[in-house]
Amino acid sequence: MFYSPVRTNAAQVAKDENLHLFRYVEDPDQCKVDTFVAHGGYEAWKKVLNGMSADEVIDVVKKSGLRGRGGAGFPTGMKWSFVPKDSTKPRYLCCNADESEPGTCKDRVLLERDPHSVIEGMAIAAYAIKCHLMFIYIRGEFAYAIERMKQARDEALAKGHLGKNIYSSGYDLDMVIYSGGGAYICGEETALLNSLEGHRGQPRIRPPFPAIEGLYASPTIVNNVESLASVPYIIKRGAQWYSSLGTEKSSGTKIFSLSGHVKQPGNYEVALGFNLKKLIYDPQYGGGILGDKKLKGVIPGGASTPFLTPEMIDIKLDYESLQEVGSMLGSGAVIVFHEETCIVWTILKLTHFFHHESCGKCTPCREGTAWLEQIIRRIENGQGRDGDIEKIEDICNNILGRTICPLGDAAVMPIQSSIKHWRDEWQYHIEHKKCMVETHFEFK
Amino acid sequence: MILNQTSIQKIKERAKEFPQKKSAILPALTIAYQQEGYVDEAIYRELAKIIDVPYVEIAEAATFYTMFPKKPRGKYLIQVCHNISCALLGADSLVEYLENKLKIKKGETTEDNLFTLITVECLGSCSTAPMMQINQDYYENLTPEKVNKIIEELKAKA
Repeated sequence: MFYSPVRTNAAQVAKDENLHLFRYVEDPDQCKVDTFVAHGGYEAWKKVLNGMSADEVIDVVKKSGLRGRGGAGFPTGMKWSFVPKDSTKPRYLCCNADESEPGTCKDRVLLERDPHSVIEGMAIAAYAIKCHLMFIYIRGEFAYAIERMKQARDEALAKGHLGKNIYSSGYDLDMVIYSGGGAYICGEETALLNSLEGHRGQPRIRPPFPAIEGLYASPTIVNNVESLASVPYIIKRGAQWYSSLGTEKSSGTKIFSLSGHVKQPGNYEVALGFNLKKLIYDPQYGGGILGDKKLKGVIPGGASTPFLTPEMIDIKLDYESLQEVGSMLGSGAVIVFHEETCIVWTILKLTHFFHHESCGKCTPCREGTAWLEQIIRRIENGQGRDGDIEKIEDICNNILGRTICPLGDAAVMPIQSSIKHWRDEWQYHIEHKKCMVETHFEFK
Repeated sequence: MILNQTSIQKIKERAKEFPQKKSAILPALTIAYQQEGYVDEAIYRELAKIIDVPYVEIAEAATFYTMFPKKPRGKYLIQVCHNISCALLGADSLVEYLENKLKIKKGETTEDNLFTLITVECLGSCSTAPMMQINQDYYENLTPEKVNKIIEELKAKA
């Protein structure tokens, strides 16, 4: 089994005392518990168990301004505070490691190269909600990450960072590693819980929210890998330090997965509010567009987020700035494409994905994504008809907001934004029965 | 019985980790797939007995996910990611290259039963595109030379 050879900015992170998630990811021994501890690992967990109450932990994370890094951006501390204090049921923490949004490949690096940092974050979150059995749901294809995580868990147990009476505090905590069966939808938290209970990974209607009734109908918190890996640093260095990084409403640092037509694709940890243009062009990051071609567009936050055009990319990468221009930060997956990319071809790739991954529970998404793929494929194959654009818009409007989970919206938003920005190209494709720009990418 | 004692024992051990036995369904399917390379109705029945849940619960879950195919495939399952990040860097031409190299079409298995070639959705390797997964292993930042070497090495090993 192989380790991901992905490029990271670990060397740069090591020189900047405010960056932390990638500090040791290029150290091949970081996955071992002794090296992790030598680098300050499990100190935050000790600090929590040696004198912080669950409420104090929640308070620090709330004040830090940490928001969910999986895509939704919901405040993490607030999520934890929704677990009912008076519930007599067991509570569960689930780490969502079902990374599968096209363009996103950041959690895999943390899981493979710094697994204990994820365990430490999970342990602190578990303590905050008074949970004694925590789960990590890793997508089944990540065989290497699963193996690494198992080794890390076993080491943590052997060294007393997990298990019974941890650090003589009287607190017990065990961990289960669970591998998925191959389904994008299981990254949606209620689908993840259904999958973890042995069912089809189909989302549940909310309310009840998982914090009230989640796994096995007990209070459950589901957090993304990167969110949890950020927690130990917040505990160690304080809420004020963390909230001073980034912007006012988007505090802290974030890993951006840069992919597509850039010279140096990779995973880069930067403070939120970092300039997107710099991420794409700076020699320390993306290094510019492949073949020095002209930029055509950017998907800023994973396959489900609306496009940005070249004139929009001088923008801060944070939750509010992207929302202002009608897009989203999402999972932080920046996908770049140059002038030789046909927009219909691009949308067909995205729509095929959402059609394939629609779980089939809600009719508008199940049928709608199929119709969309069919019509878009027809246009791409030079058989577009008059009125196809209007038909696509009509289907989109009938999916948007009409499904239990956000997969339907996710399928629709890139399509709508592509028509908004490149309507003439869609029109050209239908009228001339071919791409406005010939698209053929050779792997070389 | 199709499942051997080692697999059965593994499944029973896994089941102990969960507060409720149904949670052992996916891990059990994974263990069965690892042994046989497919999971069909006969195996669902065995799993239902081992975990002590109704057959329909196993069938319902198994048929939802992509990782539990009902029919066996070649010794090496080549899965090429064809989603956007990989496609921008030539995933479609990678599929063509493999089709020519293996003399099969996407979805087919070579006559010697060594290779099955399929395309799959995003495997979380977007910044190291294009990529493919062969059985459990990821192969990233692919070039024609690399792919040629990988296939030749697997052939030599078989």
